[in-house]
This record gives sequence, C-alpha cells and structure tokens, in this order.
Amino acid sequence: MIAAGLMWLVVTLTFVLLRLAPGDAAVLLVPPGASVDDATRIRAELGLDRSMTVQYARWLKGAVSGDLGTSFSSGRRVSAVLAEAAPVSVTLGALSLALTFLIGVPIGMWQAARHRTPIDHVLTAVTTAAYAAPTFWIALGLVAVFTYGAAVLGLPPWLRLPSFGLRTPGLTLSGWPGLMDLARHAVLPVSILAGVGAAGIARYARTSVLDIVRMDFVKTARGKGATSASVFGRHVLANALPSLVVLFALSLPGLVAGSVFVESVFAWPGLGRTTLTAILSRDYPVIMGATLWYSGAVILANLAAELALPLIDPRREAA
Amino acid sequence: MRALWLRDRFATAGVIVLAVLALACVLVPAIASADPLAIGDVLSLKLLPPFSTDAAGNFHLLGTDRFGRDLFVRMMLAGRVSLTVGIAGSVIAAALGTGVGALAAWSGGWIDRALMALADTLLAVPRLVLLLVCAALWRPSATTVVVVLIATGWMGVARLIRAEMIGVRAQPYVQSAVALGTTSWRALWRHALPNALGPAIVATTLGVGNAILLESGLSFLGLGIQPPSPSWGNMIAGGRDLIVTAPWVAIAPGTALILTVFCATIIGDALRDSLAGDRAGLRRSIAERA
Repeated sequence: MIAAGLMWLVVTLTFVLLRLAPGDAAVLLVPPGASVDDATRIRAELGLDRSMTVQYARWLKGAVSGDLGTSFSSGRRVSAVLAEAAPVSVTLGALSLALTFLIGVPIGMWQAARHRTPIDHVLTAVTTAAYAAPTFWIALGLVAVFTYGAAVLGLPPWLRLPSFGLRTPGLTLSGWPGLMDLARHAVLPVSILAGVGAAGIARYARTSVLDIVRMDFVKTARGKGATSASVFGRHVLANALPSLVVLFALSLPGLVAGSVFVESVFAWPGLGRTTLTAILSRDYPVIMGATLWYSGAVILANLAAELALPLIDPRREAA
Repeated sequence: MRALWLRDRFATAGVIVLAVLALACVLVPAIASADPLAIGDVLSLKLLPPFSTDAAGNFHLLGTDRFGRDLFVRMMLAGRVSLTVGIAGSVIAAALGTGVGALAAWSGGWIDRALMALADTLLAVPRLVLLLVCAALWRPSATTVVVVLIATGWMGVARLIRAEMIGVRAQPYVQSAVALGTTSWRALWRHALPNALGPAIVATTLGVGNAILLESGLSFLGLGIQPPSPSWGNMIAGGRDLIVTAPWVAIAPGTALILTVFCATIIGDALRDSLAGDRAGLRRSIAERA
C-alpha cells in the first residue's frame, strides 16, 4: 500500500518535472524542413495538445491497467522497449554485482585483519583511487589498451577484446561459439563495473569490520581464549553480515537501472542507454515507464532488505 | 578541527593536495600567457605531446588538445568549474538537507510527514536517473548542474539530521533548556543542531567527491558544462576519440579528477572516524556510486 503510494508519487513527480521543462517534444520529432502545421499535427497525434490534467489522467489510467503507452520516437510499445533492454542490463548488472561482493568483501575483511600494516595502506589507496575514478574514464582507458592497442602492444589474441555492442557484427553464431562471442564482449564492461563496485564494497567492509573488532564483546572473546578463527566467524562476521546484506539490497536497483556510462561507452542496448536516449529525445512515455520500473525496483529492494534483516540478525525481531 | 587534521597524516596530506590544486586552479589560468579558450594556429599547434615546445617557443607542460590549446592551463580552468560545482552542489545540498531535517523533526505532524514523503519519493529513483531527467530538460550550464545536484542530493542528509534531532530532542539537556524557558527555536539552534551536525559534515565531505564525479559524468554525456568552457568531464569527452592517437588529452583531466575525489574521500574518511559519522549514509553513497 505504502509502496503503491510511493510509486504514484514518483511518477507524478516525474510527470510534473517533464512538463515543467521548457521545450516541446513535437519539435524534436518533426523532420528537418517540416512546417508548423506538421508539428501541430504530430502534437495532436501524440495527445500533447490536450491539457496537462487530461494527459496525466490518460497516462495514469493506462498505467494502472498495465498499459504504459507507445514510444514517441519508435512507435513501439513502451513495455516492449523496456522488456527488450532489461535482460541486457540485468545480465551485466547481475554478473558485476556478484563479482563486486565476491571480490570486495574478502579484500575489505583481509585489510581489516591487517589493519595499519603497509599492505592495508596500499589496498586502501588502490580501492579509494578506483572508487574515485569515473567509470567512463576507466572504460576509455581499457578500450584503448585492449581493443585498439592490443595489436600494437602485442597482446595475445585472447586478450584482444571487442568493445562495441553485444556480439560481433556480421557473424551469426549460435550455441557455444555464440556464447563465447557474447562473453568476450562482456569482459570489459563487467570488469569495469565489478572493479569500481568491489573497491567501494571493500572500503565499506573494512570500515564495518574495524568497527566491530573494537567492540567489547570481541575483546572478551579474545580474552577468554577463543581461537582467532572462531572470534572472526562467530563474532565479527556474524555482526558484519547484516549491514553488508543491506548494502547488497541497496545495490540491487542499480542493477536494473543499468549503467548509463558503461552502456554508453560500449554501446550496449541496455536500460541505462535506453533511458538516456529517451531523455535526450524527450520520449515522455519511455521516460515515465522507465521511472516507474526503477522506483518499483528501489522499493522492492528496500522491502527485501527489511525482510531479510531479521533472518540474519536475531536482535531484530520482525516487527 | 586542527587537532583532528593533524591526527590523521593521510587526511592532512589530502587537505594539502586539495589546497595546492585549488590554488593552482585559481592562479594558473590567471597568470598563464596561453589563452585556454582561444583557438590559434590549429595546424601547427594541435595535439602536441606533453613536455613539448611549439614553434613560437611556448612550453606546453601537458601538451595541447585538438585545437592547439594548452592542456595544462585548460585543465586548471576546468578545475575551477569542477571544484566549484562539486563543492557548491554538495555543501548547499547538505545545508538544505539540514534545514529540512531540522524543520521536519522539530515541527512534527503533517509538515514532517509531507517533507519525509517528498524525501522518500526522490530517494525511490536512482539519483543518476533523476539527475539525467533534470539536466537534459533544462538548458545545460554550470548553474543547472549545481541546482540539479542540490535538488537530488539533500534527502540523505535530511533523513539523517531528522533522526539525529529526534534523538537529541529527547536528551535531558535539551529538555531542561526548554523547561528553563528557552524558546523552541533557540533550543533547536543552540542545543539540538550542533549535536546533530557531525554526521551531516561527514556526509557533505564524502558528497563532494560524488558531486564532482556526477558533474563530470553529466558533462561527459554532453548534459553538463558546455564547451568551449572546460570541465574535467567534457575534457575527457573531448579526448574520447583521441584515446589512441593522443591519450594525454583524456588522461590529464581524468587524473586531476581522480586526485580530487581521492583527497575528498580520505578527508571524509578521517572526519567520519573522529565525528562518528553514520554507516547508513555511507552505504547509500556507495550504492549510489554510478
């Protein structure tokens, strides 16, 4: 109920934002050299000549019955546009999010165990720098090395990686070779997202483990002679887990939102790029549909975090 | 504050580096002989590599871009924009968030509910999407970017301050101040707010890095600072197709950007460790990292 209310607020806010903005969607849709009449006709076809209230009511009525309308620029159903882009973003996001946590959490914990040693300082510098680097900049660098520079640098063939789109154009591969082709195209985007993500998670895991290690109950456990493995597993890990699970849940919406920058640089037809294109061409129905989809994901993720927390943290009884 | 900075060597180094960088951004374009915007003799000046001297005898520390403009001077001019936008965007957002959070906690009732509903609504859309929608629909400029950063960045701090204030308001010293006849606003201003500020300061410092990254991202996509006026993001975008032939055009502004965000982050880390910043805000800033 609250979730539905929140989603309604989100789409209403988006609608208001879109329509408050100066400019006219129809002007962007007419071909060069079109007359004023053409623009007027397009405006009428899209229903943009009706009052704001009518347009809003129409959209809301459609959305409630599951109809998100048709895209201004392609004329296709918005749900079809989103459904086509979603698997690309979700695959990219799921792979990189899994790697992010599988790499980031152990690094952070290892750093915490080696607190204030040279290796901890080095890793802190590396993870902070990776966290500070814009993804599109790293992407350009990797493309320069592994795509354009591969031959010049004499990299082995398996390290010469493609950086445009999902599959090699002109080749119709299926089955195993097709999957391998897709995998080769995914190496660079996934590594960038996983690398930057893992840096952030490592920083967070290190901080939260260090917070716990300073607690009295850890000192007590050590004092009564518990082995360091049991202190780590029973006390430190058990206490660090809940906040990591919350962080994981909060990262999930990013997975469906796709990565605008990585998808733009690598020309992946995912949700991030679809949204960006829609925003640039004022494709209102697609923007509204995408926003609805994102807010649903954010709300679900928050809900999932709240539901999962009592399961791993016995101190939080489900209220 | 001074004692705090001295306690953490890394944060001290971060402050010094940022100060030097900011000073260079102010001074270099002002005293440099090269005009960072004017396009001169493109054919003889374009894409000179770093540490080269052109035909006229001018030295180019970081080389030149495709129009023959000195990259170092341009980068420092871009730094003015990027630093100002990043700092203004996060500090004003934090101030607004503090105000909203304090107002919500102190007034309660429907004002509280309305403000928090607005915050939750904005938090239910990924920040980057919100930023793109706002930035794309209005005429792109530095002011637009700052306004958009503020509009999409105040909610976290507002929630934080509200939670802290509700906690502080129940403390005996605030209640005794009220009982002694302090006006409600004075109690808020003198007692509750200073005690709730720590986490807000931490969030702001860590937010500077995020804001600079977001500005560069918008500019990279062509929705932020518009050429010929340089920002680190649009300079990287300008070097995009030159990444093989003249990699320095994109590497130089990228390095400046990373250095700045790096320093802002370690300063934020140090402040968090000493001011006991909140972990929920940190989680959000990590999850929002685009």
